[in-house]
Amino acid sequence: MAPGPRSIVCIKQVPKAQELQVDPVTNTLKRVGVPSEINPPDRNALEMALQVKDQFGGEVFVLTMGPPVFTSALEEALAMGCDRAFLLTDRILGGSDTVPTAHSLSETIHKIGGYQLIFCGEETTDASTGHVGPGIAGHLDCAQITYCSEVQFLGNRVRGKRSVEDGFETWECPLPCVITANFLSNRPRPPSLSGKIRVKRGGLITTWSCADVGIDPGKVGIRNSPTIVAKVDTVVLPDRKAKIFRGEPKAAVTALLDAMAADGVLSR
Amino acid sequence: MTLPKDKTEYRGVWVFLEARRGRLRDVSRQLLGVARGLAQTRGSDVSGVLPSWNVEPLAREAIEFGADRVYLVEDPRLETYTSRPYAKVMATLIGKHKPEIVLFGASKNGRDLGGRLHAMIETGLAADCVKLEIDADGNLDMIRPSFGEKSLAHILCKQHRQQMASARPNVFPIPPRDPARKGEVVREPVEITDADLDAKVVSFEERRGHKGNPIEDAKILVAGGFGLRDPKNFRLLEDLAKELGGAVAASRKAVDAGWVPKDYQVGQTGRTVRPRVYIAVGISGAVQHLAGMQESEKIVAINLDHNAPMFEICDYGLVGDLFQVVPEMTRQLAERKARRPVPVAAR
Ligand SMILES: Cc1cc2nc3c(=O)[nH]c(=O)nc-3n(C[C@H](O)[C@H](O)[C@H](O)COP(=O)(O)OP(=O)(O)OC[C@H]3O[C@@H](n4cnc5c(N)ncnc54)[C@H](O)[C@@H]3O)c2cc1C
Ligand SMILES: Nc1ncnc2c1ncn2[C@@H]1O[C@H](COP(=O)(O)O)[C@@H](O)[C@H]1O
Repeated sequence: MAPGPRSIVCIKQVPKAQELQVDPVTNTLKRVGVPSEINPPDRNALEMALQVKDQFGGEVFVLTMGPPVFTSALEEALAMGCDRAFLLTDRILGGSDTVPTAHSLSETIHKIGGYQLIFCGEETTDASTGHVGPGIAGHLDCAQITYCSEVQFLGNRVRGKRSVEDGFETWECPLPCVITANFLSNRPRPPSLSGKIRVKRGGLITTWSCADVGIDPGKVGIRNSPTIVAKVDTVVLPDRKAKIFRGEPKAAVTALLDAMAADGVLSR
Repeated sequence: MTLPKDKTEYRGVWVFLEARRGRLRDVSRQLLGVARGLAQTRGSDVSGVLPSWNVEPLAREAIEFGADRVYLVEDPRLETYTSRPYAKVMATLIGKHKPEIVLFGASKNGRDLGGRLHAMIETGLAADCVKLEIDADGNLDMIRPSFGEKSLAHILCKQHRQQMASARPNVFPIPPRDPARKGEVVREPVEITDADLDAKVVSFEERRGHKGNPIEDAKILVAGGFGLRDPKNFRLLEDLAKELGGAVAASRKAVDAGWVPKDYQVGQTGRTVRPRVYIAVGISGAVQHLAGMQESEKIVAINLDHNAPMFEICDYGLVGDLFQVVPEMTRQLAERKARRPVPVAAR
């Protein structure tokens, strides 16, 4: 059997979606002080790569591009079982949209080298484009399987079950191949105690700047991003003033239905 | 990067036409309507790009839905969508004809294609737009929900051409079909060689029970989430929906668990619904779910956990065990119906 693949998993740290609140005074999103987490679908990507390693051997590297605080996402991924981690961090990357992001990640993946599989999440919960994964495949000019819910490593090829609107397709691709993991497609393993100890010992995270990787400053950052966010309108949802019922089920249901009937919600 | 010296060099609104098993996807038809409006404002016209095999009737259909021209690229190797050859077709034709705007459906394939293509030709691509307009400067204003749908971001791609966007399915109406509309079908030869083929689609398995569940049309929806625990418990929701004259919907977690078909799914990656009453049963209320139902007229939340975010956006909330509450609701509703006095006219 061929030796196991080297997988590189791209992850991003995102603010916890549920915690994002609109500031009632300024009508903008309060982002400071919001706790962050690994982008939920990226956990599925990590799990998918780790399962390939469990089954076929090889190694799993994890890569993120962002500010130094993203280190905590890398540490968690290492504690889940990744072998090494890479942080691409540089002031000039700030404000990058998906074109420079895919470019920078591709260049970094190229520098790491020796990879057969690249994993991404289906999309991030903060940018929600799902364009970075296919963008990396476009840059590296390699194959891609998006919305993947299962992968099988075949030595010199990879097979992926792809979730589409009306069913599931099975794609078979040569290596290297970018796989984007469908959210909820597996149960991501929790960080292990021995993993946490490995992280504590240190030496697993490599930090690179754009210059270290050889990324052209003229290709990245807000100034080299084709898209800009011109303005943001806050969606003001109606204040619904919930009537809440609780207690013994029968009485609570009666109270609920009475209230709905009184408001004319049940008639018509 | 495509830094246009003269932006007027770029003209026309393009729509990627997605053929799926012999049919044009609804979102492609919806986009033809959007493209017509944009082209009118820009004083240009609408072209569809249709890569596939044996689909000439679909090119005609696209004209009837609003295209002035369809670039038809037929090759047996394009019969089923795969990323690399489709991206090559798009990149080749875009390079040759220089459209100003290119639109995709935000379907799985549309995003797969757009994501690869925008990196290849190095231009902007806004995902999952719910509104597309031309701004005062003649740029495409690409409007999309952001940060869990709590705001709408206006995305512009001022310095680059093409301006590309994908549109969320079922947000825009399908334009009326006009069998008398005239347009041209232009066959475009794009050579697809072995080197352009990497992915092979070796099999397809249709989703269980995929038959089109039109939850968008229901006046009352009873939606179930992961709290249902088991597919057979959806019976409880069906009974309640029947009593109310409504239909059953679901969260993505219930759909991905395989409990109910995909077309039941409400939310960012499912359907957008605006029923008169939306009853969320055992659904926590994640932002991606709220995205698909927060504009419902009245929202009822039934959840064991009084901290569930669904309670924050509901009109009526019942904190309790759905396995007790839902059957009780069905029973009491039936009772009320039986008790209701028969209208005089019917006596
Ligand atoms: C990119 C992306 C796209 C997504 N798109 C969508 C989408 O389109 N639609 C969507 O729905 N989600 C979507 N999600 C997923 C979303 O984030 C949530 O994971 C999902 O909506 C949770 O589903 P749920 O509420 O059914 O399950 P859970 O969050 O697990 O909630 C189950 C609820 O049931 C309650 N419960 C349990 N037992 C009982 C009982 N006996 N009686 C009453 N209540 C009970 C629990 O208290 C809990 O609140 C997306 C996520 C991502 C990352
Ligand atoms: N800054 C980043 N660093 C590493 N990976 C990223 C980054 N941004 C996006 N990704 C990857 O690309 C996927 C899609 O992101 P997006 O296109 O932003 O929705 C994510 O799930 C990640 O796997």
